[in-house]
Amino acid sequence: MALQYKPTRMEMSNLKKRKQVAVRGHKMMKDKRDELVRRFIIYIRRNKELREQVEEKLAAAMQDFVLARASMGNEAVEEALMYPARAANVTVGKKYELSVAVPEMTIDQSGAFAYPYGFATTSSELDAAVQALSDLLPLLLELAQVEKTCNRLADEIEKTRRRVNALEYVMIPQFTEAIRQIRMKLEENERGNTTRLMKVKEMMADK
Amino acid sequence: MKFMAKIGVVGDRDSILLFKAVGLTTFFETEPDSASKTLHRLARKGYEVIYITEELYTQCGEAIASYKSEPFPAIIPIPSNQGNKGIGMAEVKANVEKAIGADILFSEGR
Repeated sequence: MALQYKPTRMEMSNLKKRKQVAVRGHKMMKDKRDELVRRFIIYIRRNKELREQVEEKLAAAMQDFVLARASMGNEAVEEALMYPARAANVTVGKKYELSVAVPEMTIDQSGAFAYPYGFATTSSELDAAVQALSDLLPLLLELAQVEKTCNRLADEIEKTRRRVNALEYVMIPQFTEAIRQIRMKLEENERGNTTRLMKVKEMMADK
Repeated sequence: MKFMAKIGVVGDRDSILLFKAVGLTTFFETEPDSASKTLHRLARKGYEVIYITEELYTQCGEAIASYKSEPFPAIIPIPSNQGNKGIGMAEVKANVEKAIGADILFSEGR
């Protein structure tokens, strides 16, 4: 289903320009896609690694916590954790991976870690659980960052791939076809014109 | 422009009480409806990271999907104290398949 254009030189030169732009865009999109995929693979590997680590360590921390609950009793644990600890010192910014906005987080661990409760009524299991989780915090944050990055990159790759395909298989062939048709039409007109002139010349010669 | 991050944890009380001890803000939810509402509320309030237990993650699919394409908040599934259900890993895998069209990551080593 080629598009219909007026068979004029003007139209043809416009189409040629548009095709040129499309070809250039296609090349750029393709490069972008390749680079996105390359970065995506790096991130997704990291993501998998992190997730494995986090899930394993978190399970361990939670197990400690269950033990703490068992040995201290529910109320005591609740009481110990009721008072919120000082907020985790995390800064967040945005960075751009090939014009895809992704979060960037850093945690400041300069301050010494302190348990948010006294030691009188708490068991060592609770300490272990809290300590484990606080060690895990940087990993958790990196996981959040990397996972979001992967998400966004995957989205962008999908979009870019669609654009590349649209250009490659729809836009550019359409332009090529339209240009070809216009050229044929113009040549046909030219031939018609020549024949007409020859005919006229013949008629003039006959007189 | 950097600023302090707001980090929330959503899940059932037993699973996430521990997160309170390390200074994250916790929101106790067990019902998918109210958890979805909490997610939307946290997103509006500008939370950058929301950890959510795998149980609720699967139940709040709609709310989570609406923030998938935004840079913030990052909604990250974590295993609850019921054990690891592999949902987080499935997400990673889904991402790979979406981006590359084939699973290149998990077929390694097979």
